[in-house]
Amino acid sequence: MSLLQYDFMLRALLGALVTGLTAPALGTYLVQRRLALIGDGIGHVALTGVGVGLLTGGSPVLTAVLAAAAGAVLVELIRERGRASGDVALALLFYGGISGGVFLVGLSADKTSANLTAYLFGSPLTTSRADLVTMCVLGAVVLGVALLLRPWLFALCQDEEYARVSGLPVRALNLLLAVTTAVTVTVAMRAVGLLLVSALMVVPVATAQQVTRGFRATMTAAMAIGVLSAAAGIWFAGTYDTAPGATIVLVAIAAFLSVAVGAGLRRAVRGRRVPGPASGGSGAVAGADQVPEEQPDVVLDR
Amino acid sequence: MTERSEGHAGRAEKALPGTVVDVTAGAVGYGGRPVLRDVNMTVRAGEVVAILGANGSGKSTLVRAILGLVPVAAGGVALFGTPLRRFRQWQRIGYVPQRVGAGSGVPATVGEVVASGRLARRGLLRPASDGDRRAVGAALAAVGLLDRVRHPVATLSGGQQQRVLIARALAGEPELLVLDEPTAGVDAASQAAFAGALTDFAGSGGTVLLVAHELGPLAPVVSRAVVVHQGRIAHDGPVPRPAGHHADPDHDHVHPHAPDEHLGWLWGVR
Repeated sequence: MSLLQYDFMLRALLGALVTGLTAPALGTYLVQRRLALIGDGIGHVALTGVGVGLLTGGSPVLTAVLAAAAGAVLVELIRERGRASGDVALALLFYGGISGGVFLVGLSADKTSANLTAYLFGSPLTTSRADLVTMCVLGAVVLGVALLLRPWLFALCQDEEYARVSGLPVRALNLLLAVTTAVTVTVAMRAVGLLLVSALMVVPVATAQQVTRGFRATMTAAMAIGVLSAAAGIWFAGTYDTAPGATIVLVAIAAFLSVAVGAGLRRAVRGRRVPGPASGGSGAVAGADQVPEEQPDVVLDR
Repeated sequence: MTERSEGHAGRAEKALPGTVVDVTAGAVGYGGRPVLRDVNMTVRAGEVVAILGANGSGKSTLVRAILGLVPVAAGGVALFGTPLRRFRQWQRIGYVPQRVGAGSGVPATVGEVVASGRLARRGLLRPASDGDRRAVGAALAAVGLLDRVRHPVATLSGGQQQRVLIARALAGEPELLVLDEPTAGVDAASQAAFAGALTDFAGSGGTVLLVAHELGPLAPVVSRAVVVHQGRIAHDGPVPRPAGHHADPDHDHVHPHAPDEHLGWLWGVR
């Protein structure tokens, strides 16, 4: 680990580890409620916040958190209504967010394309001490929400109507989850970039759930996979001088593929069904539970 | 909480003691299309009431309106004498939906799902107590799935998954159990296990409101049937019997709005 004699490498590694730990923790809930790609959209919106920060000379991280949180709350309100036109509303929000960001960054004094690329695809090697402190604080907030509220958020994401009839503060929990998603996006921005944030929220979870049987086990395994991918990615990028954010994500995807192949081989060898992720219902999409239609009397596809 | 419907304070406050569910002149519509009209029904403590009806009759909508999952357009709903809007004692109610929720993208064990039934009784951020764990174990034992506690829900059969949802509701030790089509598409073993659990629950003084297409093995447990036909209550009284039993001297014809033919589907005649 001779690379670690450099402070910037150490900071890059620590920042990536924080990201690798927090993104899958929160991502487990998003995957559970089939909103796997929502982190990507929130990342788009966060770019507008970055633009505002660069333009006003404020902290881009702070304005990114604010913009992402506002976007996440808006997404949650759209989802809550469960309208068919929600898709289009989300598209407007996401593409508006990324265009606004590119536009504002272009207006700012520091309008190098390298600057934009750093926010879009990550730039862990330029992590400053202040960046690292911000990431650790925000990361602790995300972990606190994801771990301490696990039974309640699990119930919410598993069956929102049941949570409602249990008297849980469904709306408050939904908004909390949305804002925490926004914070996670901002934590991960430095390490993997806003366009690759969603990968670390989803891929480690997808990897873990091929071999786990329960929700808690999936979350724990996904966090471990996230941390290992981040560490391996930073090491590889430092050694072979590759793009760190992209390398971390490729390592995570390689882990997914090897586990998929391994699980497939194990199934073939054992010759019987191994517990896997739920097949769910056909057409079981986000917000489907809110479609105000009489439920079918017999569900054939369970 | 935005979808909670307005309670009908006037009559609800005057509900008789022991009235668990009270629907007064309830109407529900989806996008201007009326689904339920002028529905009046009550469930008293200790009763086992079945809401029966054909596909699309509005029977599921009725229980969803009672639970506040769909808003009532007119009339009122009261639970345990409190208008729905002000009702907060959700730990008194155990809800069993039709199927495992859509949010099954990540595996969950039987134990994890059933444990969420305790949350209505467990304050936010409070760790699970020994009592919580005991209740989860007892609920799993009641539906005969104690040996599956660490299994992923997705690997169970449809009937077993339905029993998991019933265990989740029982784990909260409710006074009222509300079940939406608990036996639809469920294998015989699970139906029997389910009927047993329901009989035990009712036997210990619990109140049950269930929606069903067919009663099957549940028929002996049910004390009263409410038949929904085209959005209205067509029958409220003893469980309608199959056509062949109409000759029985004790058969009670108390369904003025529905000719007997309408009840034929209950028994698979039509």
